[in-house]
Amino acid sequence: MTTSGKTASAAYLRTTVAPPERPPPLTSGPLAWLRENLLSSPLNVALTLAGLYIVYVLVPPAVRFLLVDAVWTGEDRNACLVSAAGQPVGACWAFVASRLRYFVYGAYPDGQLWRVNLVFALCAAGIVWLLWTRAPRKDLGAIFFFGLFPVAAVVLLYGWPAIGLPHVHTSLWGGVVVTLVVAFAGIVVSLPFGVLLALGRRSRLPLVRLVSVTFIEFWRGVPLITVLIMANTMLPLFLPGNMSPDKLLRPLVGVALFASAYMAEVVRGGLQAIPKGQFEGAASLGLNYWQTTRLVVLPQALRIVIPGIVNTFIGLFKDTSLVSIVGIFDLMRTIEVSLADPRWATPVTAASGYAFAAIFYFVCCFGMSRYSIAMEKRLATGHKRQETDR
Amino acid sequence: MKKSLLAAIVTVAAFGAAGASAATLDQVKQRGVLHCGSNPGLAGFAVADDKGQWTGFDVAFCRAVAAAIFDDPAKVRFIPLTAKDRFTAVQSGEVDVLIRNTTWTMSRDTSLGLNLGPVNYYDGQGFIVRSSLGLKSAKELEGASVCVQQGTTTELNLADFFRANNIKYEPVTYASAVEAVKAYDSGRCDAFTTDASALYAERLRLTAPDEHVVLPEIISKEPFAPVVRHGDDQWFDLVQWTVNATINAEELGVTKANVDEQLKSENPEVRRLLGVEGNFGEGIGLPADWAVRIIRHVGNYGEIFAANLGPDSPLKIDRGLNRLWTNGGILYAPPIR
Amino acid sequence: MARTPPVQSPPPDRGDATGSWLYNPAVRGAAYQVALAAAVVLILYEASTNAIENMRRLGIVSGFGFWNAPAGFDINQRLISYSSTYSTYGEAFWVGLLNTLLVASAGIVLATVIGFVVGIARLSRNRIVSFLAACYVEFFRNIPLLLQLYVWYNAVLRALPAPRQSLSTADAVFLNNRGLFVPAPVFGEGSGLLLVAAVLACAAIAVFGRWARRDQDRTGRQHATGLVSLALFAGFMALGWFAAGRPVTFNVPDLRGFNIVGGLQIYPEFVALLLGLSIYTASFIAEIVRAGMLSVSRGQTEAAYSLGLRPGITQRLVIIPQAMRVIVPPLTSQLLNLTKNSSLAVAIGYPDLVQVFMGTVLNQTGQAIECVVITMLVYLLLSLLTSLAMNIYNRRVAIVER
Repeated sequence: MTTSGKTASAAYLRTTVAPPERPPPLTSGPLAWLRENLLSSPLNVALTLAGLYIVYVLVPPAVRFLLVDAVWTGEDRNACLVSAAGQPVGACWAFVASRLRYFVYGAYPDGQLWRVNLVFALCAAGIVWLLWTRAPRKDLGAIFFFGLFPVAAVVLLYGWPAIGLPHVHTSLWGGVVVTLVVAFAGIVVSLPFGVLLALGRRSRLPLVRLVSVTFIEFWRGVPLITVLIMANTMLPLFLPGNMSPDKLLRPLVGVALFASAYMAEVVRGGLQAIPKGQFEGAASLGLNYWQTTRLVVLPQALRIVIPGIVNTFIGLFKDTSLVSIVGIFDLMRTIEVSLADPRWATPVTAASGYAFAAIFYFVCCFGMSRYSIAMEKRLATGHKRQETDR
Repeated sequence: MKKSLLAAIVTVAAFGAAGASAATLDQVKQRGVLHCGSNPGLAGFAVADDKGQWTGFDVAFCRAVAAAIFDDPAKVRFIPLTAKDRFTAVQSGEVDVLIRNTTWTMSRDTSLGLNLGPVNYYDGQGFIVRSSLGLKSAKELEGASVCVQQGTTTELNLADFFRANNIKYEPVTYASAVEAVKAYDSGRCDAFTTDASALYAERLRLTAPDEHVVLPEIISKEPFAPVVRHGDDQWFDLVQWTVNATINAEELGVTKANVDEQLKSENPEVRRLLGVEGNFGEGIGLPADWAVRIIRHVGNYGEIFAANLGPDSPLKIDRGLNRLWTNGGILYAPPIR
Repeated sequence: MARTPPVQSPPPDRGDATGSWLYNPAVRGAAYQVALAAAVVLILYEASTNAIENMRRLGIVSGFGFWNAPAGFDINQRLISYSSTYSTYGEAFWVGLLNTLLVASAGIVLATVIGFVVGIARLSRNRIVSFLAACYVEFFRNIPLLLQLYVWYNAVLRALPAPRQSLSTADAVFLNNRGLFVPAPVFGEGSGLLLVAAVLACAAIAVFGRWARRDQDRTGRQHATGLVSLALFAGFMALGWFAAGRPVTFNVPDLRGFNIVGGLQIYPEFVALLLGLSIYTASFIAEIVRAGMLSVSRGQTEAAYSLGLRPGITQRLVIIPQAMRVIVPPLTSQLLNLTKNSSLAVAIGYPDLVQVFMGTVLNQTGQAIECVVITMLVYLLLSLLTSLAMNIYNRRVAIVER
């Protein structure tokens, strides 16, 4: 309050009407927002200008490359050469379009593509069932997704001549199919396995604890690529006699073991969050260890760690790209190989291929991470988001 | 939980290939398809298109074996193998035969439990450089960066060559040929080195193939041969004589086009080759017309070379050492009699 | 990690109606453990006998005899003397390991710096800055590192000119698609004195720092510690430099033949790997930093302001030290991830441990088990050492907690 201070008397009694105060500066509306958030101090103005400059440097060229100057149709490299197009050439989407089938299905035989599409559809159905919070009968969904679907997917993709599905050897699989197979196999194996390991790590039996801790810390201590190389070169040596596991199965084993260790740590976080009273309550009801675990602990613990599981899956999904280094034709490798195709050799081919891969991975991972954040908010358990990427 | 691991591994192995056994030919016949180990992708030698259809020089020899057995060159499954995995795949029986630009060396022949031969392509390691550098010889590569794929004899030959000639260089090593070629193309290296045949093939992947030349030096001997495992001599014979038949056919002038006509030939050598006289197929467990099948479906050596590597193919490789011995090359197959 | 409270009821008395020993938890526990031990032993036994049998059948020699065998291949980036002429596989291992450590330590510094900058920028009240930081985080952490490495490598390579068109400064520093060439110091005779000078300078700085701090505690006077330290260091080094008779000369790079000859070469593979690793990991660190800063209650800031501290000093002296307690544990695991991820070097031809030892050496010797086991043990050891170091730090900052 501004007081005039002219009154000399001890008792305060205003005799005149105070002059009207200046209205406060804008407190709402776009201008006030600008002022509050962008221009409040000289430093802030400088930051704003720097930020705008970065946007100016990055966004228009990106838009120009990805959309405005992009070449959408064409039969071969000529479409994407500056000399032919007669203007600056952006992304060569014609290249991506011509190889799209290869990027998605690899060399999977033409007549059998419906099998892959069916697997995609089943997978999507399972994901929606499990992740959509209001879907009914989650338990059935889990049985479907983790029990029936993997079997169906193997039968469909690999084939079963007895029921009229010819074998399609895994050397013909490729692209997104393989990326999804690797990621999915990782999650399907690592979830139950990770739960067991987490329980083992918190067991009161010293040997069980020792084995679990050793297992978990070993896989978490080494890089995935060494695990994959190990699976590739050493797995056949450890199996009896002439067993030579399928080339795609080797990295799957590696990825599954690796993911299990990370999953175990996520699940352990959930187990630790269960209050002691729950165990005591279960014990007082006379439940034994497995009953307690199955009926009391896990239902609560797993619910808490859903965001953590999704984040592990995001990490796993990105890590599937590493199988390309050991010669598996996943999306990354099909793109790498296609970049060496002389029919499409142009200065922008590599950038286009990488941009396509980046968009694919980004859409998948960003979508999943948004889901995980939404889930976290919904659960609102106060748990910090687990950083599970590696 | 360890038990489930064991279970998992056993399930895993169930998908794996069946074990090796003595009678490979019977197995192949029973299976109805030949398992042939091939390069995952080397232009001219083994390339799969988007549909999984394989073509190439090595592929043609796989098809020749299939044609001899089944009278159908399509009854092959190609199993792409990296340089690292190829021998284990033969040893374990994952593939019946490996035809994958594999160099025949003593250690591979004697200590890995494998049989190699006969040579179907004489090769050697060379260098490719930009023509703008104006080089005449690899010995002028003083101080150059050289891109190379790791894990092959190539890497060792490279070090040997520069050491022997006392030349300084900088190796840049990549896990895959694709990466190495891409790096060379982008200017990371002055030269790229691998087997000369592959140099011609990889040149096609460059942005401007015409701006690069293959240097004349060949710094190693790389005879390529099919590989089978020890212990099944009949199968080894079959593979050997399939290759020999294509070479003999070229020498005798029997081609894809005239093979049926040649059945009426008076030349005793042709008659023996085509099974009109004698029954040489019996020794390798095949009918008398085994060679006719090969030539009818795949062609003779010259035709296979011309179609995949020769001047009319994109690779444009000179026959060089791979000419018949009668034409100044060293290609010489034992006679059929 | 907190232990689960015992879940099972205490063992019932013997002779109880239901007291069959089958229901005795102790017996059951023992049985479980025996079963597990048997399973583990069985698996290990099976695996090792199979491996021995397979190796015998395939004619694979085992043992570490190859360690001292001549390597016969070359490596471009090497921190220790190495050549195909005289070096062994063992030396190749050390070259690879040092390259891994080099890129990992450089990456740790760079990623931490970028991560903190972006993390603090995300909390900026300037909406444009915080939005850009958010974009950075979401963009880089949702794209596989391998893809980013390919992009960086190809972007770095393609953007640079050929050696003959090198960008150069004063004919001493060259930049082209073979790397960055800078003058390399050549340490001549008497260089040891420089080292001595550096050690002395550090000691002097430490002594001065202690005194300055005590003096400030006592009298409240502040000292320009930074400036004085700088002056001390420069002074000692200059002394050493002249005392030793200017021992260091520079090997200046020069364009000769195809390539730049001489000087210190920083390879494009290294730059690409460093950028890729740091930028990717920084996106995770930024989130950790943000969470850490948010964990410090707003009252702390207000209290600091009411004491008259300026915003910058508030951040430095009040917020960040408290946030560090929350930041350090997840930061550790990210830095470990960075170290492990440096193994992706194999994709772009940087000669790190995996590329050299698990790639070339494994292929040339065929000794898969030895090479794989050694490589994995090295990473395990690195992981353990890093967590150990971070735990010590963690304990130090945790003591501040009241």
